[in-house]
Formats: sequence, structure tokens, C-alpha cells
Amino acid sequence: MAQTVQPHGEPGLRQSGLRGVAADFSSDQRAFKTASWGKAMMWIFLLSDTFVFGCFLIAYMTARMSTPVAWPNPSEVFGLHIGGQNVPLILIAIMTFVLISSSGTMAMAVNFGYRRDRGKTAGLMILTALLGATFVGMQAFEWTKLITEGVRPWENPWGAAQFGSTFFMITGFHGTHVTIGVIFLLIVARKVWRGDFDVERRGFFTSRKGRYEAVEIMGLYWHFVDLVWVFIFAFFYLW
Amino acid sequence: MSETTAHAQTQTVDAQAHAGQQHPIRLYLLVWGLLFVLSALSYMVDYLGIQGYPRWTLILVFMMLKAGLIVAVFMHMAWERLALVYAILLPPLLVLVFVALMVSEADYTIFTRLAFFGATP
Repeated sequence: MAQTVQPHGEPGLRQSGLRGVAADFSSDQRAFKTASWGKAMMWIFLLSDTFVFGCFLIAYMTARMSTPVAWPNPSEVFGLHIGGQNVPLILIAIMTFVLISSSGTMAMAVNFGYRRDRGKTAGLMILTALLGATFVGMQAFEWTKLITEGVRPWENPWGAAQFGSTFFMITGFHGTHVTIGVIFLLIVARKVWRGDFDVERRGFFTSRKGRYEAVEIMGLYWHFVDLVWVFIFAFFYLW
Repeated sequence: MSETTAHAQTQTVDAQAHAGQQHPIRLYLLVWGLLFVLSALSYMVDYLGIQGYPRWTLILVFMMLKAGLIVAVFMHMAWERLALVYAILLPPLLVLVFVALMVSEADYTIFTRLAFFGATP
């Protein structure tokens, strides 16, 4: 008991700065003093996910740089006809705003979680899940539109064939992350709403007692999904 | 007796840990607003059709600012101990080495393609 408690205690007594880094790593104990295991493990999972997305984006860069055929202009490919006018990239812009808003509501949910405001926390998490589902819905629309226009992993009507394969790989993998996040959000929101973290009810999967920190850990995952989109938006859609 | 003490300790410690990530809602709303503005600016780069180096610079600057805000404030990285910050933020920087390797590889591939197949493969 005392050991599980220790890592959170008295942060003021520890050194800060680079000396603090050395002290934390060389203390012959757990290195991440103020982060619980749950939080540290989520961060390490996200680090591994960063490498996966990094490899995808690097593969895309290599394909795009090494093809002698012209790369399709994303600005036009992802534009929509609205009111007889061509608006470039408008769908992607709306998707970006939806995902950023979901990150905002998630950050507020974490805050209300630590204030033990069950109603607001669960409500904001469900709102986050709805925005996430909206994003996936818009992505499904985008995919449908491109597939009807003839984009395939091996060809597309506008130029370099690699455009299709990298597009489906990168946005597909990101969309999968969003979908898993929506499910994850609903599960944690239900726990919050039911008061599982107040009565320390044991979880159905790990049979461990949950704490309101679960909302923050869930939030880390969700913000990461938004973070990856920032890079996809810049490298794939704007470049 | 000792169990109750331990329990009381857990609670104070919990409260401390939670207080560590207690930030005013106003801060989150501010960051949310900034992310909106930065996204709108990135979109404007495309909408206004800025090309060449100014485009690259603007896109990358807005991207890094957005990523920094999300990681620092929304993911609370700004308030974590440096040991965790370095363990998480330094490894992705090494991916830049991989990027450099693949840039060189891609340059070589397009060179051979153009040299052996001409402009159209």
C-alpha cells in the first residue's frame, strides 16, 4: 500500500531541472515520479504509436519524392462544389475544426473529472465521442467520394498511383484510431456516470479499482489522435 | 489503526496528485481558441494559394505551434517532471534521422527512374 502511494508524494522535495532528471532516472526506483503507472504506460504506448505514424508519413514522403509522375493537387482533390463554386479543401478544414473541438471538450472533461463532477465529466465525454463519430462519418463520406471518382490503392485519375495507397493507409489508420477512441470514450463515460470511480468498483477487464485519473489517461489517447491529425493535415492535405 | 492511517495518506496523496493537474477552464478555452485560429490560418495558406518556401514555412510553423499547444496544455506535458518529458519527446526527434535517410533514398530512386526509364515510366 505504502509503495503504491509513495510516487505521488511531496513533489516539492525533489530536485528540478536536469539534476532532477538525473536524480529521477538514477534513483533505483520508478523513474516517472509524478506520473502513475497508468499514465506512464499510456505515454509509452503513444510513443510507440508515434513511431508507427512516423513510418507511414515517411513512406508517403519517399513515395511522393521518388515518383516521376506528377502528384495530384490535394487542394483540388479534396475540394467540394458548394453553390456552384469550387471551395478547396473545405471538407478537410471542417473535419479539422470538429476534431479540435473534440479535443477542447475532452480537456474540460478531464478537469471536471478531477473536480468529481460526474454529470459534467460524462456529458463532456459523450460530446467528445459525438464529435469523434462526426469526424469518422465525414471521413467515410470523403472515402466514398474518392472511391466513386476512381481512386484505388493502385491508381487514381489525377496522376501518381502512389497517391491512392498512401491516402487509404494513412487516413484509414487514423480513422481506426478515432473509432477505437470513440468506443474507449463511451466505456469510460459510462464508468464516470455510474460512479465507478467514487465507489472504487472493480473494472470488468482488469478487475482493478479505477480512479478519476482514468479520464485523464483516456484524454491522453484522444489528444494524441488530434495531434496526429495536425501532422496529417499539414503533410498530406496542405503540402 | 495503521490501515486507517495508510488510507488517509492515500487520500491526501491522491488529492495532491489531482491538484497537480487542476488548471482553470479558462486556460483550456484559450488554447482551444488558439488551435482554431492556427487551423484557420493553415487553411488560409491553401485558400490564398501561397506557394514555394513561404508556404512550407507557414505550414510547418502553424503545425508545430498546434502540436506544441496540444502536447503542453491538453496533454499536461508542461506540468510533468522533466524525466518523463525527455523520455517521451526526445525519441521522436531521432525519427528525423530516418527522414534524412529516406530523403537521400528517394532522391536516388527518382534519379535511377529518370535515368533508365525517361520522364514517363
